[in-house]
Amino acid sequence: MYILFAAISLAALGMGLGFLLGAASRYFKVEENPLIDEIEAMMPGSQCGQCAFPGCRPAAEALVAGEAPPTLCPPGGKALAERLANKLSIELDLSGMGDMVPQVAWIDESLCIGCARCIKLCPTDALVGAPKMIHAVVADACIACAKCVEVCPTECLKMHPVKVNLRLWRWPKPETAMAGA
Amino acid sequence: MALFDIHALWDGKLFDVQSLLPGKPFEFKGLIKGNQSKIRGGVHPEPRKEATADRPIDTGFPLPPMLYLALWQHVGKPADPVVKVGDKVLKGQLLAVSQGLVSAPIHAPTSGIVADIMDYPSAHPSALPTPTLLLEPDGEDRWMELPEKIDPFSLSPEEISLRVGAAGVVGLGGAAFPSAVKLNLGRRTKIQTLLINGGECEPYLTCDDRLMRERARVIVDGILIMLHGLGAQKAIVGIEDNKLEAYTTMRMAADELSEGKVEIALVPSFYPMGWDKQLIGYLTGKEVPADGRATDVGVLMHNVGTAYAVQQAIRHGKPLISRIVTVSGGAVGSARNIEAPIGTPLASLLAHCDYRPEDTARYVMGGPMMGESLPHPNVPLVKGTCGILALTQEEVSASNAKSCIRCSRCVTACPVGLQPLEMVARIRAGQLEQSLKFGLKDCISCGSCSYVCPSEIPLVHYFKYANGELLTRDQANHKAEQTKKLAEEKLARLERQKQEAAAAAAARKAAAKKPKITEQAA
Amino acid sequence: MSTSMLSAPFTRSELQIQSIMLTVVLALAPGTAWGVFIFGWPALFIFIVTVASAIAFEAACLMLAGKRVDATLLDGSALLSGWLIALTLPPWAPWWIGVVGAFIGIVVGKQVFGGLGQNLFNPAMLARVALLVSFPVEMTVWANPISPFSSAAPGLLDSIAITFGGLTPADGSTGATMLGWVKTEFSQGRLLDQSLATGDYGFYKSLLGWTGGSLGETSALFYLVGGVWLLKKQIITWQIPFSMLATVALLASVFTLLDGERYPGPLFHLTSGALMLGAFFIATDYVTSPNSPVGQMIFGAGCGLLVYVIRTWGSYPEGVAFAVLLMNSLTPVIDHYVRPRIYGRNRKGKPLELPEGRE
Repeated sequence: MYILFAAISLAALGMGLGFLLGAASRYFKVEENPLIDEIEAMMPGSQCGQCAFPGCRPAAEALVAGEAPPTLCPPGGKALAERLANKLSIELDLSGMGDMVPQVAWIDESLCIGCARCIKLCPTDALVGAPKMIHAVVADACIACAKCVEVCPTECLKMHPVKVNLRLWRWPKPETAMAGA
Repeated sequence: MALFDIHALWDGKLFDVQSLLPGKPFEFKGLIKGNQSKIRGGVHPEPRKEATADRPIDTGFPLPPMLYLALWQHVGKPADPVVKVGDKVLKGQLLAVSQGLVSAPIHAPTSGIVADIMDYPSAHPSALPTPTLLLEPDGEDRWMELPEKIDPFSLSPEEISLRVGAAGVVGLGGAAFPSAVKLNLGRRTKIQTLLINGGECEPYLTCDDRLMRERARVIVDGILIMLHGLGAQKAIVGIEDNKLEAYTTMRMAADELSEGKVEIALVPSFYPMGWDKQLIGYLTGKEVPADGRATDVGVLMHNVGTAYAVQQAIRHGKPLISRIVTVSGGAVGSARNIEAPIGTPLASLLAHCDYRPEDTARYVMGGPMMGESLPHPNVPLVKGTCGILALTQEEVSASNAKSCIRCSRCVTACPVGLQPLEMVARIRAGQLEQSLKFGLKDCISCGSCSYVCPSEIPLVHYFKYANGELLTRDQANHKAEQTKKLAEEKLARLERQKQEAAAAAAARKAAAKKPKITEQAA
Repeated sequence: MSTSMLSAPFTRSELQIQSIMLTVVLALAPGTAWGVFIFGWPALFIFIVTVASAIAFEAACLMLAGKRVDATLLDGSALLSGWLIALTLPPWAPWWIGVVGAFIGIVVGKQVFGGLGQNLFNPAMLARVALLVSFPVEMTVWANPISPFSSAAPGLLDSIAITFGGLTPADGSTGATMLGWVKTEFSQGRLLDQSLATGDYGFYKSLLGWTGGSLGETSALFYLVGGVWLLKKQIITWQIPFSMLATVALLASVFTLLDGERYPGPLFHLTSGALMLGAFFIATDYVTSPNSPVGQMIFGAGCGLLVYVIRTWGSYPEGVAFAVLLMNSLTPVIDHYVRPRIYGRNRKGKPLELPEGRE
């Protein structure tokens, strides 16, 4: 008998709370997730498409929906990945980004014909020059989206890893694996 | 790079000081007075200074066939060459000028021909190539025209700073911070006390010890010149109590020359006594705020080697073109201090001291606590190099790191008051931001924690990694912001161009309705 | 070891985990030997069984986790844990108590948390408390100390039967511990002077450890000497033992002055039970104690307070294990709030004020 009471009361409690939750989800529904705007604001905004999404907004939507990892943005690098993971409160697996070497566009000046196609396409104005003149790369502004590489008719544009110098050099993570840890 | 010098020296054996000072018996223990309570942490590594401490500085080092002068061997901006390949230069001639506010020029250590300006391996753990000026000595070692001997005290304080800067003097204790910048800062902030660091607490190193023993009068003269340049009245030289001979020599020189302006003080010997803030706390009782500089509490610190270089620069007009460097380590047959021209390949120094490459497990530039490991010794001597060590496998004694047992020896050893074990736990878990809350930025990389760790965890290496990684991320964030701005600007421009094109089209359309005017215009 | 990229320092102090563990074991040896001496062969058997199973469990766990067995086992931490577990057991306990204790200590108390350095609670104390709660009968049979040269001492065969055969010890060969005796007597209305008189209590007996109790808790003297030696070798720091013993002594002094008939004095407390063992060898466990000196003082004082409270007003006669475990659970909190002051900053981590006139 007592068991019956317990079962009934628990079932009633569960159903009541379930209805409440259901009602809440219906009446307090948020149409557009404000998180998407915030995430989009964190993205570089260059619409470079390296994440395989058509632009930063679709990428942000996919991130919020959990369909893409926070490491999706190569120009943003580890720093952005960490901030995105923090924002979304999700686990961050940087292993895929570990060996990602920063790249920069490089122009083979003997091949450049000054067609200016790359200049039009560059999302950050990192390519400078005028038609019929050899173009140059502003390395600090280049985000390595490689859009220019695709459009170059003479294949004079290539992506090169950024050369490490004393200012860019950093201590690597200690490689000694801790026994027993 | 931090703004402090770590020096090293140790004597190991106590000798009878009373025999050195006949008729002046005194108690050394009584001389050690200072703010013991201000000292925190620290360790007592084996001194290993006996190999070099009692041998005089070797000034007969033969000129190497080529000198490699790195253009960036000081804190700040690299120097800019003012000579061309093929130029013939004299000893002491200016080769590269300083750029910007914090920088230092480079001078020719001997006479010869500029052979090349190229990328050459740097004196850095990565040995990455860096722009370097190659000078081929002609063997004549001919000085440029030196000025008449000058009375430094007739110069204005500003002139002292200018000349120190023009002579390329940087902190010789290891930090290589341009000395003139420090002197200017000290004069502007009207510091009361000039502290001279003769601590040299790193094992093996004895270059400051030897310098104090052999050229005490020059150092005291240099200190007086710096006091004049600073407009300050008081200097204290801190010397560890295991360098009693250096102490007595310096004291006699100070008594003779300084009219009471220069005080020589004994400080306890332990590591890191040569950390500038440790010495400041001990000698003056003051603590430098975390976001401040030593000058904020009215003191300025220079190294004894720097005082020597300042004297040479002001009194004789000689720029900084050589330094005293300790060549030591278990794989070095006849260890000693050498006065060598800047730019000498470290391998030549080692070879001069009969080192055995086959016994060398590790090349270390500087002391074993804070120095840098070099992949090979074919890198040049730079102004901040206090020593080059060729250590044997036994001396390095490295084995694999084991689990942290939370023994908190690192907490006790840390002179700053950090909890290294907590910081490493977070860095290993990838929570770099968390480690900041435990004071990662306050770490001085002195290595005391790694030294005491019974599990041999490379704690300092983790902190260096984390600091570098955080710096990279800051830069990446900065770049991301820039990218965003650039992208927005481009979009705005495209939009504007579209509008302008539309406006132009509309204008044409409007014009098309009045063909006459169009024809006229055409 | 890679020679390519390694940061300074390139010199190391010689003290390593292994030597720390072995030094602690050495410091424990005299007290352990004394326990075996007064409790005879069964004590030796249970000791060996416990230590061996601790090492076996550690090896099994390391293998299961796919870690290097040899290197980690050689560091001596399993030996020390097993040793401490054995010291907390009644000397005539059956063999399986030792095995279960080692299992709880090593597997549940340490390896489940992730191995050496990861556990929140002291493995030995966890094992003791779990055993005490699960097997109250076996864990409270206290053999009376007896000279091994006396005819009343159990022979080798009897001893094997006691440890491995479930032989119930003869009447009169077991009794209560001093703390338990006082507590029982007190509950029957007898005050201290009576109970101590009938309980064959003496300061020197208690100090030396000629009294019933766990294998390793009887001799205050040997552990005091061992602990002081560890202090001298700089294996442990003075903060925890000092604050723990001082707190107990202080509380005992205050209460014995208030009512000498009800509350035993400081010497009684300091020399009885596992206090010395606990203060020098258990509470000082690196892994489970705070890492700043001030935090360690707080930790020790908390342990001392709880020991006194449990002994005096609790339902168990001895409280070292409970006290240490309770304070273990506070260690992260202490570590969070009590940190050393960072140079150039105040206690809150804000930079010190700049002197007047500076910017």
